[in-house]
Amino acid sequence: MLELKPERLAFDDFQDQEISICGKLFRADMSGALYWPSEDALIVADLHLEKGSSLARRGQLVPPYDTRETLQKLAAAIDRYGASTVIALGDSLHDVDACGRIGFEEIEILQIMQEDRDWIWVTGNHDPKVGERLGGNVVTAIEVEGIVLRHEPRPGHVTHEIAGHLHPAAKLSMYGYTLRRPCFVGNGLRLVMPAFGSYAGGLNILESPFEPLFGSDGMHVWMLGQEGLYPVATRLLKED
Amino acid sequence: MKSAATAPPTRSRARARPAPAADALLPEAFARWFASRGWAPRPHQLALLEAARDRRSSLLIAPTGAGKTLAGFLPSLVSLAERGRGNRGRGLHTLYISPLKALAVDVARNLMAPIEEMGLPIRTETRTGDTSVARRARQRRLPPEILMTTPEQLTLLLSHPDSADLFADLDTIVLDELHALAATKRGDLLALDIARLRKLAPGLRTVGLSATVARPSELRTYLVPQTAPQSRADMADLVLVTGGAKPRIAILELDETMPSVGHTTRYAIGEIYAAIEAHRLCLLFVNTRMQAELLFQDLWRINDLGLPIGLHHGSLEAPQRRKVEAAMAAGTLRAVVATSTLDLGIDWGDVDLVIHVGAPKGASRFIQRIGRSNHRFDEPSQALLVPSNRFEVLECRAAVDAAEAGAQDVTFSRRGALDVLAQHILGTACAGAFDPAELYAEVTSAAPYAELSRATFDRVLGFATDGGYALKTYDRYAKLKAAGDGKLRIAHPRFVQAYRMNAGTIVAAPLIKVRLVGRRAAATRRALAGGRVLGEVDEYFIEQLRPGDAFVLAGEVLRFEGMSESEAFVTRASARDPVVPSYNSGKFPLSTHLAERVRAMLADARQWDRLPPSVADWLRLQEERSAIPGRDELLIETFSRRNCHYLVAYPFEGRLAHQTLGMLLTRRLDRAGAGPLGFVANDYGMALWGLGDISALAEAGKLDFDELFSKDMLGDDLDAWLAESNLMKRTFRQVALIAGLVERRHPGREKTGRQVALSTNLIYDVLRRHDPHHVLLEAAWADAATGLLDIARLGDFLHRIEGRIRHQPLPRLSPLSVPILLEIGKEAVAGFARDDLLREAAAELLLHEALEAKEETQCSS
Repeated sequence: MLELKPERLAFDDFQDQEISICGKLFRADMSGALYWPSEDALIVADLHLEKGSSLARRGQLVPPYDTRETLQKLAAAIDRYGASTVIALGDSLHDVDACGRIGFEEIEILQIMQEDRDWIWVTGNHDPKVGERLGGNVVTAIEVEGIVLRHEPRPGHVTHEIAGHLHPAAKLSMYGYTLRRPCFVGNGLRLVMPAFGSYAGGLNILESPFEPLFGSDGMHVWMLGQEGLYPVATRLLKED
Repeated sequence: MKSAATAPPTRSRARARPAPAADALLPEAFARWFASRGWAPRPHQLALLEAARDRRSSLLIAPTGAGKTLAGFLPSLVSLAERGRGNRGRGLHTLYISPLKALAVDVARNLMAPIEEMGLPIRTETRTGDTSVARRARQRRLPPEILMTTPEQLTLLLSHPDSADLFADLDTIVLDELHALAATKRGDLLALDIARLRKLAPGLRTVGLSATVARPSELRTYLVPQTAPQSRADMADLVLVTGGAKPRIAILELDETMPSVGHTTRYAIGEIYAAIEAHRLCLLFVNTRMQAELLFQDLWRINDLGLPIGLHHGSLEAPQRRKVEAAMAAGTLRAVVATSTLDLGIDWGDVDLVIHVGAPKGASRFIQRIGRSNHRFDEPSQALLVPSNRFEVLECRAAVDAAEAGAQDVTFSRRGALDVLAQHILGTACAGAFDPAELYAEVTSAAPYAELSRATFDRVLGFATDGGYALKTYDRYAKLKAAGDGKLRIAHPRFVQAYRMNAGTIVAAPLIKVRLVGRRAAATRRALAGGRVLGEVDEYFIEQLRPGDAFVLAGEVLRFEGMSESEAFVTRASARDPVVPSYNSGKFPLSTHLAERVRAMLADARQWDRLPPSVADWLRLQEERSAIPGRDELLIETFSRRNCHYLVAYPFEGRLAHQTLGMLLTRRLDRAGAGPLGFVANDYGMALWGLGDISALAEAGKLDFDELFSKDMLGDDLDAWLAESNLMKRTFRQVALIAGLVERRHPGREKTGRQVALSTNLIYDVLRRHDPHHVLLEAAWADAATGLLDIARLGDFLHRIEGRIRHQPLPRLSPLSVPILLEIGKEAVAGFARDDLLREAAAELLLHEALEAKEETQCSS
């Protein structure tokens, strides 16, 4: 018997969107993660674990538990796609001491996630080293099926690349209302992923750091909403 | 009750005769009073006086501002003035029934003017749910000459054994806003009550007051007893006032591109605000409470001038609504955002512009709402229509055409509901023992029940007596017992009490009171209690919230803190992304009449020039890329997109019928091997998608669209689906409450919606299994067919398109399909407003995709 509920089912559902990079197909998830079906791999960028405690040490008090929140969000994404490999694209830790500050319970969550899957930490500028406490393999970059996964995108007209680092965000403006959200940004040849971490900020994709990456060839933008991931035409976007 | 000096043309259709002379009908005191005001009695007022003199019932149909209410009361005032002089009996003479208690109070206040100014010896009182118990008791003992009340109060009065004495001298019933009552279950119960009153007061005469309707004869039969239901319909006289100034209606047009999806009209918020600024008092009508809250928020967000803008809808606490009404009347407000709560004839102030935000969905409702501005007969009403998306532009254009042509679409022919009859039988028994054969004759004299067979009546009676076959073994359903000489009486006094606590037919969605508490009280979490009541929201909605979630009510952003049995507690919040309550009520599907006009406009390309350029372009592109359906055609498009296969159909038959159609098509396509995954529907069309390539199936001859859309889908497929449908259970719940199978209110406590649902679902399953022909299942089915499922309309549609299906296989989605495909999650409780903007932006891209083949990016290496 078919079980259909018209209220629940929807066109495209917007939970994830198909993204192609040099002919390889990926599914970008509304959480900010990127799933690679043919490799059964889940890619996330810029977790910035322990950013909360880092800010706190500098006297800026923010609610704790951002590490746990980020890890739980990651666990949910893993559950959704059932990936056998997880690749974190650098800046997984907010600072060089962050590894030691992660609580035992959070480490446990991480261990459970690592139990039956390969885990690869790509290093970034915030985390040139990743402590053994966090398990997994540590690399500076990795090439899979001709696609390079690295933390910092190379300037110029580079293709076959997935990177993070820039925390892309877009500001949509329509009918006098504006909305600023993290986003995926790419051009079919390369992709910059949004920061996955709870407290990670965002950089408007119309700012200069993005220009050497995409030039004037045009960008495809997918904005993270609260219920989905939405493709948005760049001409609707505004500078901050 | 204003009166203008010019006399509108009147036609008395039923009996052509010269206009009656005023001096023969109007006593001198009345003539003097009219003259002192500088008025002359109008022809329709005299026509009603004449009908009263001849003891005839009549229906007065007149536009707003024609002095309708005074016309309705004038005969009673004259008769009472003469009776007073003659010093005859002093019982209840005239009963005035209105669908709104506020209207009853308003009319009572207005009636005081002529009574006091002429010094008539007439006592006028109101009786509503708010009237004190002491006063109600006194009204039964010492009734006023004129009593203003609601149908529910009349039902309660009739359930008392002394009702025979109370109504013995009743002379006239005035039914105000009859068009708003007649076609509902309230109207069914009222018709039965009136039949009862005629028994108690045989000479009784009725006067119906109504706005313009499509078929007056349906209301005329409602007003008089049906003496030979099988052969003819008895009708009241018709007094028709035509004319009045033509309304001035404009559709808001902007240079900006019209949004293709969305229901918020945010794109036009600046212009709406400018219109408010340029007028004295604006009434802004929306279709749902949710839209009301959103619009209110949006207006205040840009309210730089701090204009006093108020909010009025059914979920707000009564005192709050009263405050807004008083402020309107006092002229201290500049705008009020309202739902259908302000549709009816209360005169709350000098409205000079009605803004309808979103498409009005029906011609009659639209005309009624426009009439709220310039509440005077000879001045044109001013209205501004603001469509919220491209399809709505078509609909708004159609609504304006309908209003200018004076076309109406509300009809009233309906069969009286059986659950209402069950309640009435119990009510009759509460007043005293009755003879079933006599009651049957009485019931069939009421127009909605004129065609009721004795067999069906006996089944309903059987249910009232012992619950019916499957429930017989339970004492609590055995409510009637034999009283000797063939009569039946109530089995136990506790049933009388239960009846009085639960009488009426208004079964609202279960609501939860929302109380505002202080932050500190909320922080302790020990005992959430007290606090000001802000309003009520659906229980269903509250259940989905977690403490900490923010939502909007009464124009405030609130933080949900927790709840007790029947109350929710909130604090003020400043969250930037509130969830908006999803109120189900007040959402109507597109009317058949407007749908026809929309289809005609669509089919005739010459008419597109009357539409905004972006909408006309959209239609031209549709013509180029796919096809425009002919007036009576059904256009079906099939295409594939990203490994999914779509079928989009455009029946224009309203959301409810499309949802049912979607359900049934899904089953059929499943059997055809198309592997359907889901569907969405809106007022204009529906889209269905699945794993199988529908275009290919059709081409290979494995799928025939004529067969797919054949009428037999309303047979087995429908039955099979309904068997487990939640819609059916929900419908049954209402029927069970009205019929008294389940009682919500008990002495000292009230059942929550959840408790009621639990017990009715249980009974539903038992009845389906053991007594599938139970009269309440039949009643629920009838409700579903005309209500939530709109099967009747779906049937008409399937008939209309037989042999007129136009299939258009496409390489990609079409321009017309985009708004339908994106009809997503708007009904979802959490986050109506949250992703709206993003969704709209995504629609832009989709539309783009529909227009050009996507260029594949070439890899450089």
